[in-house]
Amino acid sequence: MAASDTTMAAADRASTRERAADYLLRRHRFRAAEALPWLFAIAVFFVFPDRMTFGSQVLVMVMFALSLDLILGYAGIVTLGHAAFFGVGAYTVGLLAARLQWTEPISGLFAAAIVAAIVGFITGWFLLRYRGLTLLMLTLATAIMLQETGNLRSDISGGYDGLPGLTFKPLLGIFDYDLYGHTYYLYALAVLAVVFYFVRRIVYSPFGQALTGIRENVRRMHAIGSPVHWRLVTVYTIAAAIAGVAGALFTQTNAYVTLTVFDFDNSAKVMVMLILGGTGRLYGAFVGATVYMVLEDYFSKLSPTFWQFGIGLVLVLAVLFARRGVLGLFESMGQYIAERKKS
Amino acid sequence: MTAALQVERLNRAFGALPVTRDVNLELERGARRALIGPNGAGKTTLVNLITGALKPHSGRVLLDGKDITGLSQADRARRGLARTFQINQLFRGLTVLENLCMTIGERDGHCNNLWRSAGSRRVVIDEALDHLDSLRLTDDALKLVRELPYGRQRLVEIAIALAQKPRVLLLDEPAAGVPSSESHLILDVVAALDPDIAVLIIEHDMDVVFRFAKEITVLVQGAVFTQGTPNEIMNNEQVRAVYLGQEDHRGGRHG
Amino acid sequence: MPHFAIIAVSILFDGLAYAMFLFITSVGLSVTMGLMGFVNLAHGAFAMAGGYVVVTLTRNLGVGFVPSLAIAAVVVGAVSIVFERGLYRRLYKSTDLEQVLLTIGLAFMAIATATYFYGPIPKSVPLPEWLQGDVNLGFRYFPSYRAFLIVLGAVLITVLWYGFERTNIGAKIRAAVDNRRMAESVGINVDRLFTLTFAVGSGLAALGGGLAIQLLGLSPSFAVLYLVLFLIVVAVGGLGSLKGTLLAALVLGVFDTAGKYLLADAGGFFVYAVTVAVLLIKPAGFYGRE
Repeated sequence: MAASDTTMAAADRASTRERAADYLLRRHRFRAAEALPWLFAIAVFFVFPDRMTFGSQVLVMVMFALSLDLILGYAGIVTLGHAAFFGVGAYTVGLLAARLQWTEPISGLFAAAIVAAIVGFITGWFLLRYRGLTLLMLTLATAIMLQETGNLRSDISGGYDGLPGLTFKPLLGIFDYDLYGHTYYLYALAVLAVVFYFVRRIVYSPFGQALTGIRENVRRMHAIGSPVHWRLVTVYTIAAAIAGVAGALFTQTNAYVTLTVFDFDNSAKVMVMLILGGTGRLYGAFVGATVYMVLEDYFSKLSPTFWQFGIGLVLVLAVLFARRGVLGLFESMGQYIAERKKS
Repeated sequence: MTAALQVERLNRAFGALPVTRDVNLELERGARRALIGPNGAGKTTLVNLITGALKPHSGRVLLDGKDITGLSQADRARRGLARTFQINQLFRGLTVLENLCMTIGERDGHCNNLWRSAGSRRVVIDEALDHLDSLRLTDDALKLVRELPYGRQRLVEIAIALAQKPRVLLLDEPAAGVPSSESHLILDVVAALDPDIAVLIIEHDMDVVFRFAKEITVLVQGAVFTQGTPNEIMNNEQVRAVYLGQEDHRGGRHG
Repeated sequence: MPHFAIIAVSILFDGLAYAMFLFITSVGLSVTMGLMGFVNLAHGAFAMAGGYVVVTLTRNLGVGFVPSLAIAAVVVGAVSIVFERGLYRRLYKSTDLEQVLLTIGLAFMAIATATYFYGPIPKSVPLPEWLQGDVNLGFRYFPSYRAFLIVLGAVLITVLWYGFERTNIGAKIRAAVDNRRMAESVGINVDRLFTLTFAVGSGLAALGGGLAIQLLGLSPSFAVLYLVLFLIVVAVGGLGSLKGTLLAALVLGVFDTAGKYLLADAGGFFVYAVTVAVLLIKPAGFYGRE
C-alpha cells in the first residue's frame, strides 16, 4: 500500500514537472493566431488600393511602436525621447539623398539603422544608469538637443522647412514607385516582417527574459549577477536601430522630412499608441498603432480639437480602468467568458 | 586554508552617523554563523556592504582569498556570493519557474544570447524544477509569484539564492514576515542546506539561532561586540545585558 | 559704459526676470514631486489655465491685471484640489509610466478645451500703465514689466522661504519630503499636507501662467511647450528643494537668455546642454537626495 502511494506521488510529481516544462518549451512557438495581423495587412492591400500611402504610414508607426515595446514593455525603460532615434533615422536617409545623392532605398535603411544604433549606444551608455524623473528628463533633453542641433545647422538640415521633394531610386533597381504607393506599402510590410521576426526572437531569448527580469525587479537582477547596465544598453541600441529604420521608411514614403520628427509630440504619440495596444506583448504595437492612426485620420479631419480631447480622455480612462491596453481588455474578456462557461 | 569569506576592518557611515565600524568577520568553508544584534545594529547594512549593494568607506571584502571590494554586486554574485533579502525581491509578474530559469540563465551566461529561444534549453528547465522540487515548490511552478502566499514567496527567495550555486550564502531574516505556523518549513530548508556552503544568517529568533548556528557574531551599534560559540554567547553576561535581556522583554519574533 | 557690459547687464536683468517666472511656475511641481514622487506632466496645464483665467478676467470682465493674477491663483489652486482628490490620489503608488500617461492625458484634454474656448491664436492681456514702458534704475532704463517680475519673485521667495523654514507646516513638509514613513509615524498627516502643497503649487503655477502672457505669449500649446522647462528646472534643482529650484531657475534662466542674446540661432540648445551636464554629474539635481 505505502509503496504504491509513493509511486503514485512520484508519478504525480513527474507529470506536474512535465506540464511545467512544457509551458516553457512551447511558449516561443508560432501560433496560428499570429498570422492574423499579416493576413489583415495583405487584405488591406487588396481592399483599399487607393489608401496605400496612409497604409504605409500605419506600418511605419507599428514598427516605431514595436521598437518602443522592446525597451518600455520588456525592459521597463520609461523614455520621453524615443523620437530621437526615429528622427536620426529619418534624417540619415534624408541627408544622404539630399546632400550626397545616395538614393538607393535599402542601403539607406541599413545606414539609418547603423547611425541610429550608434546614437542609441552612446546616449544609452550615459543615460541608462539613471531611473525615474532623471531618466525622463535626460531622454527628453536628448531628443530636443538633436532637434536644436538640426536647427543650429539649418544650412545642412534645412531647419524647420526640412528637406522637401526627395526622390529615391527604384526598389531593387526594378520596382518603381507608383502614384498610389502600392510599392511602398509592400516594401514597408516586408521590412516590418523582417524586423518583427528579429524582435520576436529577442523577446523569447534568454536575453529577452533577462530584460523582463530587469523590468520586474532590478535589485534582484543585480543580486543574481546580471550585468544590468550592459543589458539595458544592448536593448536600447537595438530599439534605437529599429526606430531608425522606421524613421527612414517614414522619409522614404513621404519623400520629405522636417525637424518636427524630433518633437516631444512624436515621442508621446508612439507611447500612447503602444499603451493603447498593450505593452510587453509584441502585437500591442500592431493594434495600438493601427487603431490610433485610423481614429486620428477620421476624427482629426472632423475636428482636431475633438480628437485631442478624445485621445486625452482615452489615456486617462486607460490608466484608471484598462492598464493592459486593448489586447489586455480582450484577454480579460476572454477569461471572463471562459469562467462563465465553466460555472 | 583561506576562508570562504573574509571581511577586514569594514567602515561605512550615512552622513555623520557611522553604521558599520571596523567590522572583522570570517566565514570558513561550510560555516554556519549567525549575526545577531539589536534593531539598528547595522546587520542589513553589513550584508549590503558584503554583497556590494553599498560601497564601504574603508576596509576590504575577500571571497576565497581574492579581494572583491572593487567589484560590482553582479560580479560578486557571479563569483559565488548569494543573498536573500529581508523583504522579498522577486520577479512578481513572472512564474516561479521563470524566476528560477532566469537565475540559472544569468549564472551560466545564457542570457547573453539574443537569438536562441529561452525555452529550448531543457537542461535549464530541468535544473530549475529540481530546485523547486527540493523546496517542495513544484506545484507552484507555473503560478505567478505575486499570487503565492508570503510564506511560499519566502521559499522562492531561498530557491533563487540556491540556484545561483553559491559558495557563500547570506540569509537576511529568512523567516521574517512569515506566520509562525509556516516558519518551520523555511527553517527546515535552512537547516538542510548543503554543508559545503558557508552560511551567514541574520535572525532574531534565538531558538533558531541556537539550533542552527555553530558560531555567533554579536553586532552592536555597527561594531562587533563579541563572537563565539552559542554556549559562550548564551553565558556571556554582557550580551545578555545589551541584547538577550532586551529580546526577552519583547518576547518572540518580529519582522 | 562699454558695449559688452551693457549686454552683460541686459542679459542678467532679462535672465533674472525669466528666472523668477521659472521659479514661480516650477516650485510647486518640485515640492509635490518631492513629497509624493509623482510625475505630474499636467503641471503646465494648470499654468495655462491660470493664464486663460487672467485673459478672461481682464478682457471680458474688466478686472485689473494684478487682481486677476491673484484671483487666477486662488481659483486654479482650488480646482486643482478636485483633481488631486479625484484622480492623482489613486496613482500615488503606481509606476512612473502610469503617472506619465494619466497626466499627459489630462494635459491633452486641457489643451483641447482651451483651443475650443479661446482658439489656437496666442492671446495678449491689457497691462496697467505702470507696467508698460521702462523704468529708470539710475544708470539705465529697463522694461517695467520685467522689473515687476523680479520684485514679485523676490517677495514670493521671501514668503515661501519663511513658510518653508519658519512655520510649523513648512517643517512638516520638509520632514515628509525627507522621509515620508518617518513623518507619518510621528503623526504627520502626509495626505492632507500633500493636498495643501499641491493646491498652493498649482496656484503658483497659475500665477506663473498669468505672468507668462506678456513674457512668452499664451496659446493652448503652452501646457506642453513650457512643461519641459518646468520639469527641467525641477530635475536640475533637486526634488522637493526650494533652494535647488531657485538655483536651477537662476542658472537656466540666465543661460537661456544669454544663449538667445549671443547666438540667436541656437534657440534652446544651451538650456538642454546645461541640463544634461548637471544631471550627468549630479543625477539627483543640485540639492536632491542621492
